[in-house]
Amino acid sequence: MTMLDVKSLNVWFGTGRDRVDAVKGANFTVGQGESFGLVGESGSGKSTILRAITSLAPNWSGIIQVDGTPVVSPRPKAFFKTVQMVFQDPYASLHPRHSVDQVLGETLHLHGFREIDARVVKLLDDVGLGQKFRFRYPHQLSGGQRQRVAIARALAPEPKLLLLDEPTSALDVSVQAEILNLLADLRQEHNLTYLMVSHDLSVVGHMCDQLAVMKDGEIVEIMSVAALRKMEATHPYSQHLLHASV
Amino acid sequence: MMEQLLDIENLWVKFPTRQGIFDAVRGVSFTLGRERLGIVGESGSGKSMTGRAILRLIRPPGIVEADYIKLEGTNLLDKTEKEMRAVRGQQISMVMQDPKFSLNPVMTIGNQIIEAYRLHSKASKSEAYAKSLEMLEAVSIRNPKRVMRAYPHEMSGGMGQRIMIAMMLIPNPKILIADEPTSALDVSVQRQVLDIMDRLVNERGMGLIFISHDLNLVADFCDRVLIMYAGRIVEVCQADRLHEAQHPYTRGLLNSLPRFDAPKPRLEVLQRDPAWSEAPSVSGRT
Amino acid sequence: MAETQSLRAWLLTDTPTSRRHAKLSALYQGWLTFRSNTMAMIGLGILVLLVLVAAAAPLLSPHDPFVQNLGNRLAPLGSEGHLLGTDSLGRDILSRLIYGARITLYIVALVALIAPVAGLLVGTVSGYAGGWIDIVLMRITDIFLAFPRLVLALAFVAALGAGIENAVLAISLTAWPPYARIARAETLTIRSSDYIAAIRLQGAGALRIITRHIWPLCISSLIVRVTLDMAGIILAAAGLGFLGLGAQPPSPEWGAMISEGRRFILDHWWVATMPGLAIFTVSLAFNLLGDGLRDVLDPKAGE
Repeated sequence: MTMLDVKSLNVWFGTGRDRVDAVKGANFTVGQGESFGLVGESGSGKSTILRAITSLAPNWSGIIQVDGTPVVSPRPKAFFKTVQMVFQDPYASLHPRHSVDQVLGETLHLHGFREIDARVVKLLDDVGLGQKFRFRYPHQLSGGQRQRVAIARALAPEPKLLLLDEPTSALDVSVQAEILNLLADLRQEHNLTYLMVSHDLSVVGHMCDQLAVMKDGEIVEIMSVAALRKMEATHPYSQHLLHASV
Repeated sequence: MMEQLLDIENLWVKFPTRQGIFDAVRGVSFTLGRERLGIVGESGSGKSMTGRAILRLIRPPGIVEADYIKLEGTNLLDKTEKEMRAVRGQQISMVMQDPKFSLNPVMTIGNQIIEAYRLHSKASKSEAYAKSLEMLEAVSIRNPKRVMRAYPHEMSGGMGQRIMIAMMLIPNPKILIADEPTSALDVSVQRQVLDIMDRLVNERGMGLIFISHDLNLVADFCDRVLIMYAGRIVEVCQADRLHEAQHPYTRGLLNSLPRFDAPKPRLEVLQRDPAWSEAPSVSGRT
Repeated sequence: MAETQSLRAWLLTDTPTSRRHAKLSALYQGWLTFRSNTMAMIGLGILVLLVLVAAAAPLLSPHDPFVQNLGNRLAPLGSEGHLLGTDSLGRDILSRLIYGARITLYIVALVALIAPVAGLLVGTVSGYAGGWIDIVLMRITDIFLAFPRLVLALAFVAALGAGIENAVLAISLTAWPPYARIARAETLTIRSSDYIAAIRLQGAGALRIITRHIWPLCISSLIVRVTLDMAGIILAAAGLGFLGLGAQPPSPEWGAMISEGRRFILDHWWVATMPGLAIFTVSLAFNLLGDGLRDVLDPKAGE
């Protein structure tokens, strides 16, 4: 079963002379329940792929299929019940004037859920935040707690595919460990599929089964993490990345 | 006994808040010789505050208190603000995390370096220009003449950081404080910037304080490491023996890192012991 | 004492227990920041006083502001029964100032209701929608901005007819474009932020995003701007009054009072000076308040 299928995806910004091709002809598939990593340096186009899938990057061509259905623009509501995203910077991804309760409550309301109070409580428990965090504002939370709220928001519509855009790169290593453990647990409990973007090979190595190495907007190599660990990377750039990380 | 460039005794940084006084740094003592001293810790551990406090760059209402902060025997705390300005840059320089915020966006890079140089020396314009070119070459910038004419937004992150290092080293300071100088950079560029910094510091016999959250980086790059937690030094060790560190906090940090070559199903989570923040600060003197 | 202490602790808690508690706590924190700014507190004090004076005008004023006494015209300061003297028709200046406070507040309230709301609507829609909507709305804004404010207001009043309501309308029509500009600029930065992307990924529509997510963030800087502009608005109203296009005699509007007093300004300076001082004080109070509000609502600009 394929959860995400991306075929000859091109993403660009601007037009004419100012056109910048951020992603060039990307192909990859992510199976149901798999965890797939996109690795590359800044500017390699890895985050842009996530933004193209979720329609946050306007100009793209190619085919994106989620759970067997090709995506269309604008994305229907049902799409967002299947696909959700966690952003890189937990300090920027929560509305500064909305309390945790408002953030989760509004999300649930938008997806047409009933018994919102009970669900907010459940979501907070799921991500390991207690009830005492429910009425706090973002500035009263630490970075790790904020990222937990962001994860709870992404889980609220009960999605199947979770897009993770460097979810721990803004956090301390001890907090990173907590968040990565949480994400691993949630994947198991909710039978989720992950597409994770990171510049850190060891994070992707810990979280993912398959990975794609990106450079200058192109996927240069797709391989399993196990193969990479056995130093079986063939592309010189993947080898270079591997040496920088070990 | 190594020659001591910097000697700090019982440094406190305090911020008054509504809930009372918040101590960001609590009684830290250490010395710095001609060496690479790493300060590691998580966000909020007081590592950056320590770096800034040395230069007395803590903004009011923050307060810096210490028995003394001696730079080659003279106490920086006794200096007036005007005298401190002469110390900053000329004797102790600082490189910050993100070059984007440290360079003036509407001035060419050349003018900024020349200005930084002429602020501290009486060199003529052409001398300063020649010296700036030389410095840019020293940080491995190809085609320095073109870079002199360029504006900061035309530079990549790695180049910006190398330019910052050039700018900070041009007055020939005795000490360089680098506050997370490479965390905004890609892994491959990181190494390059560190190598350049290492070479220059070595050649000039400077002291380097390297502030970072990245244990592996510090273990690789520094000679001696102070590990800070909640405003105190919890452990001091030789950098090459960081992986044999004893304190449970240091061990916890090391173990919570995912390792590519040694996969495990779950990462260890750091269990914080309240006693760590109560224990007195370990001295970082040599 | 113990009870107030616990109330304070309840308000300053990091772990609110209900929605109401969280709201009150946030408000109280803001109030504490505001209170630490002495100048802003002075400004607030003056304005509270102004509201009280306006509300209790009939009780406070020693005379009827409209009763003329031609036998006692242009009485100097401190003359018997007339603390601030009388004007050219023998009306008590103090009483007129007290009743004039009502008119000033009326103008301030109306303009504060119309101009920023219009600006907020135009600015956020323009900024969020982009494209041709943005171009059309911003060019209209430019047209309004191209005229000096008082001249444009004059033209409106001339077209609508003299009178206090029309003056307010004219001022509002000339005051909204800067707010639209501010709101648009803020919307552009907010629009590209991750938290807006996040709510879009929940399928939220443009209307919800603008009203629930963008407005709360724009409003604070608008409030600050409006407060700082209030001085200018009071002056504009006074200017229209002075030119005879605002409040009509015998209304005790402060600008109109200056206008009446200007004929005697050399020999009987207090007739024009007293309303001038009143305008000055209230304008200053608004400016001080605006500065304080900026510290509370917009902490990054306060640094």
